[in-house]
Amino acid sequence: MVSQNHSEKKTKVKRRQIIPGFGLSLGLSLSYLSLLVLIPLSMIFIYTSQIGWGGFLREISQPIVVSAYQLSFTTALVASLINLVFGVLTAWVLVRYSFPGRKLIDGLLDLPFALPTSVAGITLATLYATNGWIGHLLPFKVSYTQVGIVVALILIGMPFVVRIVEPVLQNLEKENEEASAILGANRFQTLVHVVFPKIRLAAFSGFALAFSRALGEYGSVVFIAGNMPFKTEIAPLVVMQKLEAFDYDGATSVALVLLVASFLILFLINFSQWVVKRKFAD
Amino acid sequence: MAELSLSRESGGFVQARRHTGNTLTEPVWVQTLLTLIVITFISLFLILPLIFIFTEAFQSGISAYFASISSPEALSSIYLTLTVLVIVVPINTAFGVLLAWTMTKYRFKGKSLIVTLADLPFSISPVIGGLIFVLLFGDHSILGRWLLSQNIQLVFNTTGIVIATLFVTYPFVARELIPLMENQGSLEEEASLILGAGTLRTFFKITLPNIKWGLLYGVILCSARSIGDFGAVSVISGHIVGQTNTMPLQVEAFYDGYQMTAAFALSSLMSVVAIVSLILKSYFDWKNTRPA
Repeated sequence: MVSQNHSEKKTKVKRRQIIPGFGLSLGLSLSYLSLLVLIPLSMIFIYTSQIGWGGFLREISQPIVVSAYQLSFTTALVASLINLVFGVLTAWVLVRYSFPGRKLIDGLLDLPFALPTSVAGITLATLYATNGWIGHLLPFKVSYTQVGIVVALILIGMPFVVRIVEPVLQNLEKENEEASAILGANRFQTLVHVVFPKIRLAAFSGFALAFSRALGEYGSVVFIAGNMPFKTEIAPLVVMQKLEAFDYDGATSVALVLLVASFLILFLINFSQWVVKRKFAD
Repeated sequence: MAELSLSRESGGFVQARRHTGNTLTEPVWVQTLLTLIVITFISLFLILPLIFIFTEAFQSGISAYFASISSPEALSSIYLTLTVLVIVVPINTAFGVLLAWTMTKYRFKGKSLIVTLADLPFSISPVIGGLIFVLLFGDHSILGRWLLSQNIQLVFNTTGIVIATLFVTYPFVARELIPLMENQGSLEEEASLILGAGTLRTFFKITLPNIKWGLLYGVILCSARSIGDFGAVSVISGHIVGQTNTMPLQVEAFYDGYQMTAAFALSSLMSVVAIVSLILKSYFDWKNTRPA
């Protein structure tokens, strides 16, 4: 009894806030979050529940929708895997090597966050067209094919892995690598067994963020994709076309699947970070 | 260090040291190769497109360039984009700072859930960002039907564009600030409060100066997204040329109408904004990491 009382008292003391204004700050923040984000997002669930399960499943199992999902998923996966490899490589080169132009490249890496997606879209579509600067050098078509979609998704997803892995590499203690080398490992073994495990989680988070972004990307893709049904029509474009045809049932159902996918990815990232935090706390 | 200099005398250790030296970094040819791969990749995907935008924009000469960015459609899109920017960025900066403050200066349960939810607009498709407001303010919801019966139209016009842009740019300021403020802790704020300053005074005198560079970068990202959003605004705008086209939408309109010089000229303006943001970002980073 006594100990229980004691612990109750302890939690009460712990909960007291030192900085005043907690209620007001939390209240305002949550009201704004609810009004701007949560209530509008819940409209997708409310609207779909009005259609009902049967209607929802009918909408998302249309062949054109299924093929759009497959295309969006595959191209997003390929592009973010490429970004994973090049992201880790770029972070490594930027942190460990010094070469002329390093600062410039480091600064430019955030360009995909700053450049409007439609600008990126028309630029890539023209560059990779069969008569474009890059397109005419290549033996295969890029613009208006699935390869073009991947190219656009690589560009918009480029910074995620680099920006998450970079600080982890910077904070890595070189002593670990030295110890590994002294114990007789060659450089390749040190990289695989000492460096790689340290950046694995960061690289995964960056990959998941890039994948999530690629799955929902619209602006840069519509220009380079050609948008042919069953071939180069991505899921967000299906949502858009259904909206333009005033097919709100279809648009909302297709959007719900994309929304749930984003939710899952976001929770997966946060969960993995939570696991790591717990591991370090122990 | 002492051990290292000692080791020089005994033959075995020297060998070990030499061995260590070889295995601490990659061979020079590997370093060169990796660096070249990265430079090629970045050139192909970032530098070349950037050069291309300006080449295309000035292809028909400087006078054609200025003629196309001062056409009525271009000017009206620039005006609309700036209008949205000056409404959206201050509101989301204020609420972003408030959210970051709430998440880092107080202890309570459910924090990570709120942070995750607040991040949603960042990771969901921008098309969904437009769709939800069409559903909410159109005649598909109780609220929408009531608004329409009162003759209040919140989508397919500037108000709709502002609301959708508020949604897509919501996470940027808080995303930058939360890790920064978490690292700083709240000891300085507590000291200030104990010494008798009020909460607001503590915020403006202690917190704000500590976070200003991170905050400025958050504002830059928020502005860049506000100018550049395409998907959400595309859904909301209803495509009325000259009335509800923002700059990215006008780029699309020019491009679809085969007016390449006009499309790339308008793109070049937004690219200049993007490049300036990147330069400012590097400057803020430098300010932030430089010891005071």
